[in-house]
Amino acid sequence: MESPEKQYNKALGKGIKIFTKSSSLVPIVAIILGLITGALVMLAGGYNPLVAYGALFGKLIESPYDIGETIRAITPLIFTGLSVAFAFRTGLFNIGAEGQFVMGMLGATLIGVKLDLPWFIHAPLAMVGGAVLGGIWAGIVGYLKAKRGVNEVISSIMMNWIGLYFANYVIGTWLSEKGQQKSNEVHESASWSIGWLSEMMDHARMHGGTIVALICVFLFYILLWKTKQGYELRAVGLNPDAAHYAGMNVGRTVVKSMFIAGAFAGLGGAFEVLGVFGYQTISSASPGYGFDGIAVSLLGGNTPVGILLAAILFGGLTYGSGGMSFEADVPTEVVRIVIGAIIFFIASHGIVRMVMKPFSFRRNKPTDGSKEASRT
Amino acid sequence: MEQNATAVELSGITKRFPGIVANDGISFKLRKGEIHALLGENGAGKSTLMNILFGLYQPDEGEIRVNGMPTVIDGPSKAIELGIGMVHQHFKLVQPFTVAENIVLGSEPSKGGVINLKQANEKVKRLSEQYRLQVDPNMRIEDITVGMQQRVEILKTLYRGADILIFDEPTAVLTVQEIEELLEILRSLAAEGKSIIIITHKLKEVMALSNSVTVIRRGKVVGTVETKSTNERALAELMVGRSVSLQTEKSRREVGKVIFAAKDLQMKSNQNKLVLNGVSLEIRAGEILGIAGVDGNGQSELVQAITGMVKLSGGQVSINGKDITNQSPRQTGLAGISHIPEDRHKHGLVLDFTLSENVVLGNYFQKPFNNGGFLKYEEMDKLAHKLTTEFDVRSSGIHTHARSLSGGNQQKAIIARELWRNPSLLIAVQPTRGLDIGAIEYVQQRLRQARDEGKAILLISFELDELFELSDRIAVMYEGRIVGEVDPLNRDNQRLGMLMAGDTNA
Repeated sequence: MESPEKQYNKALGKGIKIFTKSSSLVPIVAIILGLITGALVMLAGGYNPLVAYGALFGKLIESPYDIGETIRAITPLIFTGLSVAFAFRTGLFNIGAEGQFVMGMLGATLIGVKLDLPWFIHAPLAMVGGAVLGGIWAGIVGYLKAKRGVNEVISSIMMNWIGLYFANYVIGTWLSEKGQQKSNEVHESASWSIGWLSEMMDHARMHGGTIVALICVFLFYILLWKTKQGYELRAVGLNPDAAHYAGMNVGRTVVKSMFIAGAFAGLGGAFEVLGVFGYQTISSASPGYGFDGIAVSLLGGNTPVGILLAAILFGGLTYGSGGMSFEADVPTEVVRIVIGAIIFFIASHGIVRMVMKPFSFRRNKPTDGSKEASRT
Repeated sequence: MEQNATAVELSGITKRFPGIVANDGISFKLRKGEIHALLGENGAGKSTLMNILFGLYQPDEGEIRVNGMPTVIDGPSKAIELGIGMVHQHFKLVQPFTVAENIVLGSEPSKGGVINLKQANEKVKRLSEQYRLQVDPNMRIEDITVGMQQRVEILKTLYRGADILIFDEPTAVLTVQEIEELLEILRSLAAEGKSIIIITHKLKEVMALSNSVTVIRRGKVVGTVETKSTNERALAELMVGRSVSLQTEKSRREVGKVIFAAKDLQMKSNQNKLVLNGVSLEIRAGEILGIAGVDGNGQSELVQAITGMVKLSGGQVSINGKDITNQSPRQTGLAGISHIPEDRHKHGLVLDFTLSENVVLGNYFQKPFNNGGFLKYEEMDKLAHKLTTEFDVRSSGIHTHARSLSGGNQQKAIIARELWRNPSLLIAVQPTRGLDIGAIEYVQQRLRQARDEGKAILLISFELDELFELSDRIAVMYEGRIVGEVDPLNRDNQRLGMLMAGDTNA
């Protein structure tokens, strides 16, 4: 039996390890460097970065309304982050979360506008409709890859545009009044808004999708690391040849993985319609959540908790930029520079490690990251 | 006098990795102009030590002296500056570049930012003549043989002014003739005054080539001897730590009923050429059938056909009387076929999976590992524990990634897994390739044991000694056909050679 003190020290050591492991330290340093880069840009532009950042972060918690709206801004990023990361774990690069997101919106709008059902059927059905349509949209990409060897990066980018214009066409033809640039409102029975919570948050647009997003983060972990299916997906992602030798159907696994990834993005889109706007607009450009999802998955290291934290950061930065422009008169685009810089520093580990070097005392680090014995 | 000057001296080098001490107080001395062999099993710590000398790793303890001066080698560029060059086992060449471009890469002769290719070609030519390393400076790397690629690697180090050359398993990738050429090159380099370290586990090469030998076992130096005062057996025992049998007794054995049968197998390549052209085989219980033949005569296709990786265009495969022609790899596996693949990294393991994830690669979907769609990690761990103990797979734990294991231990893990699946037919392709004596002995013993337990084994190997050592029958393949059988108890090299060359009159 170990003494309590020893156990405590052991636990403490473990705790420290989590935070000093270079895998989690790099993103943190990257974020700091990103904020510094943004500050330098503001200085060059003649703004006071301290005031600006103060306004940005102040905005997030200024009022119950702002807190609620920050949560709203974070939710779709969780979904698209999960989407990109899920595909990545199976060795696929899903650039198409954007299109899948739009198709998810369309699926939800279709069911929300065209059908009239009791709420306990209608709302879940509209959600599932969005997920399935997003899944199919990504599944096509997976199918092309499995059957024809089409590179998923190319095909998913193209599917983004096809998805956007297809959705515009469907809305314009079947879902809207003549001359309108947006679809009809979805029925109240399909809505995922949480009225009493919005009331409490000064009419911020609160919806059930946030809870579904958190459940999805958990599902992401369970599915990949606890199930037989996830074992197959990861095996195919890490070594398709060995997976094939072991009797796995690599092509089918690729399609499955893309479908699930697309369903995550589709869910994000569905809740934008069912929980936030209540309708879908005809737009010339897609909303951008899918592309931000790539950044979220990258910063989050394709791990479930990492994605959640990254989505919170990017969602917060995006929403807070409004406050920054209002109070400190700094253009909101500066936040895009910050996000861009964070991604840049994540992608270039070398620079981050160089910055970290003077601060780290000598440790016997494994030279090879794969020596880390862990499952995740 | 020159002979006794020291080029490199390592003293008390210790290097730890999590859970393992790769080098434990190693001291090592390389004299000027000598060829010094560094001998040890896979995973003994030879490569780690040389990576320290080349600046890729930093030692935790110990001192390095180059030409008598204590130095810290904090990176390969420092090593190159000190005149140390390394020829890696896996070449580091730019495939679409020419020989000359590869050699001068990093220190190109240039003028105003423009590379002077003519001058580069000339320099390379001069260098290759000086050391009699035949290369054509204008050829692209992707068009030249492996042996020539290795010469390019050697020239690369010489071009950078290396006096101390490290060779990591240089003969592992070469053909028999190329090995002869390489040994000649190394001797002449030493004669030119270069000091050479050669990492190897092949005793024949040590004896043929080196002046002295340092033997490493489990991270420690167990002896340094002059080559002329030792022999193969003594070195093998030093390396493995116990006496080894380099040859085993053989006798005719009783065999059981037919387990596996292939009839008139035909397979077409993408170019519509018949790569399998009517192969028929039978393997009985308790029998090892060896397949001899020059690489590329349909051996891999035969394995792919049997395991269901690639579809046959004709013929029939059956196991235990059950037809499994053109079934999927999953189905052939369930029907009782296990497979030790030729390329263990590509086909045998998921390198970034842990050991316990890897041991169920073919069985994860079955009970007890799969419980209603969820994996039971405790069961996987239990199996991994059992197999790693039973087969002596050395690692820093069952939750280590397969990537961090040495080649021999990776192979042991694969063999453990495939035998645990209790197959009727075990297909082993080059099961001992790239392994050291200890591991080879172990693998061969396990295969014999499996045979004695009544399994049918199909052994494909390009090492003739191994085929004769293990097989009960040997069939020779040539251009997608079985052209004849030879008796392993009466080895007739001439007849075998003729069969391998396709002469069916033999």
